[in-house]
Amino acid sequence: MVLTLVDSGDHIAGLAAKLARAEVVAAYPITPQTAIVEIIAELVNSGRMKGEYVCVESEHSAMAASIGASASGARTFTATSSHGLAYMHEMLHWASAARLPIVMVVVNRAIGPPWNVFPDLSDSLSQRDTGWLQFYCASHQEIFDTIIQAYKICEDSRVLLPAMICFEGFVLSHTSMPFTIPDQQDMDSFLPHYKPGWKLDVDNPMSHGTLASSDHYMELRYLLHEAMDSARKLIPIVGREYAERFGLPYHGGLLEEVFCDDAETVVVTMGATGSEAKVAVRKLRDDGYRVGLARIRAFRPFPIEEVKKIGGKAVAVAVIDRAISSGMEGPLFTEVQSALCDLKERPLTMNFIAGIGGRDITAKDIETMTMHASKCAEKGRVDQRLIWYGLKE
Amino acid sequence: MITLKELPREEYILPGNASCAGCSAALSIRLAVKALGKRTIFVVPACCTSVIQSLFPLTSMNIPVLNIAFASAGAAASGVTSGLKAQGIEDITVVSWAGDGGTVDIGIQALSGAAERGADFIYVCYDNEAYGNTGMQRSGSTPLGAWTTTTPTGKREEKKNMPFIMAAHKIPYVATLSPSYPTDFVEKFQKAKAIRGTKYLHILAPCPPGWRSDPAVSIELGRLAAQTGVWALFEIWKGIFSLSAPSKPLLEKSRRKPVQLYLEEQGRFRHLTEQNISQIQLNVDEAWEHYRKINQTKICP
Repeated sequence: MVLTLVDSGDHIAGLAAKLARAEVVAAYPITPQTAIVEIIAELVNSGRMKGEYVCVESEHSAMAASIGASASGARTFTATSSHGLAYMHEMLHWASAARLPIVMVVVNRAIGPPWNVFPDLSDSLSQRDTGWLQFYCASHQEIFDTIIQAYKICEDSRVLLPAMICFEGFVLSHTSMPFTIPDQQDMDSFLPHYKPGWKLDVDNPMSHGTLASSDHYMELRYLLHEAMDSARKLIPIVGREYAERFGLPYHGGLLEEVFCDDAETVVVTMGATGSEAKVAVRKLRDDGYRVGLARIRAFRPFPIEEVKKIGGKAVAVAVIDRAISSGMEGPLFTEVQSALCDLKERPLTMNFIAGIGGRDITAKDIETMTMHASKCAEKGRVDQRLIWYGLKE
Repeated sequence: MITLKELPREEYILPGNASCAGCSAALSIRLAVKALGKRTIFVVPACCTSVIQSLFPLTSMNIPVLNIAFASAGAAASGVTSGLKAQGIEDITVVSWAGDGGTVDIGIQALSGAAERGADFIYVCYDNEAYGNTGMQRSGSTPLGAWTTTTPTGKREEKKNMPFIMAAHKIPYVATLSPSYPTDFVEKFQKAKAIRGTKYLHILAPCPPGWRSDPAVSIELGRLAAQTGVWALFEIWKGIFSLSAPSKPLLEKSRRKPVQLYLEEQGRFRHLTEQNISQIQLNVDEAWEHYRKINQTKICP
């Protein structure tokens, strides 16, 4: 049985934590994640959600407490944004290397100074190397579905890694849309009671995370990398299983393709920009342009083969990044370039930096960027590799 | 009242661990877990105990240990207690086992937060009065006058009064301990185990390499710390301060040994002038005047 509701992205995230039967939630409020913390506090205090809500005094402690809770054998959820995520940085490494399947929502928000509460993806993208799976959502339904799927993927004995479910603040967190959820009983059969890969066990005492010399450390990191490869295989499988079981849309595995099969020009992007991009490429298709969209869902593990496959067929690939790695280019562009460089015949590539600090990216904007790329494909030449779209003089 | 003979025979920290000769931290672990029993989980931030556990894949600890980043012992332990509670497990004692750096400096925020939330665990600070793991740099817990590698001419500030800071959090139980007084030590751990909420235990842990003292006299140094009144053994239970048996007689000044006897055993105080020593004596005497006023009273209404 399924139920269709209308609510905000933040509330949907809280509801997903409840339906996933998260047993411990340790979180610290930060705009625009705050409504997640509030709804979980409400659900726990009213007895509608069984578990412990820990009102920690900081994000560093939120992740430390999540690590402790997960290590004790409890299913754990948390959420943060922006500076909160940056403050957690040290503990993010700890959670993944301790192989704890914590699921965390990151409501994307720009980082100061200057203070800015509006969305871009620089907060989570700057955590690229922390060993966390990273998913980027484009719709309200996808937020709910991805949180549930993340538990299933992360808790798999071949993975045992934490995941960030990222979605843009305000654009998704504070807007309301209809979404469909399975009932608790069906959910429990899809996502059974958590069986930890390891836990602090008084009957089988071990020192976890103790000093390891260079004789062992490298192999432990190799195992973590291997777990990411396992996740890469599992993400599409779990996504399809979920969609089939509940009759809900399949959002794509590691990435969602729209008209990529015969596209000369492919736009690559992530997050809510992906929803706008869908509108844009459909419009351009109607106008007769052979354009397509590859919306990256999983940034880690990165869809290397899928990007190569799409890029190998295209004449031009334009990456829209809602973040900038100063001194280089957009972080997503770097990854796409890296995947494409194995190809014998590489497409033309270019990078648009757009929507930084919450500046709106409309379907019209994406049409303009796509047509620019399409013209490059026609000319067979890229004059400007990196374009700051809509930059004021 | 427990006697040493009545302590469990089981060993939870094994021989051959990586502690230094004369390390009172390892001895403290030994006594503490004997007092708490095997259904105990340790949460250990960066500190000497990270090393004492020995190198992966070996461990000297016979109880589960969650090693955790430096600043996070209080929060991580609070997470473990919440996780156990959520699973309906109520018979496990969770202990944060941290050094003075991880407690009074970098870890104070996470500890303060956990204490204010009333997280049900025992926080232990084993205090060797400097950052021992990194080779003795000053901490907020280094006493006035002490040499460290970052106070090469002696520390100019006083030691942070962490037990009183924790008492100000209105947690049910705060106590100071010394492994040189094992009966008092074990009783305080057992008492802490029986109380719900956040318990804070602060151990003075003589450290031969850091204190520049003879490894053979660590126990003696702990005794001298107590006998001179430099380290008062007390508890603050339900807000009421009371001196513990070994320290109570020292309210009478004549019963206290001169601080010089404690200081002269340690190379870290070798540079002190007579004037410096008089100042330290004066500070100790003042502290005891304060203890006289507050003994058996509620100090945090």
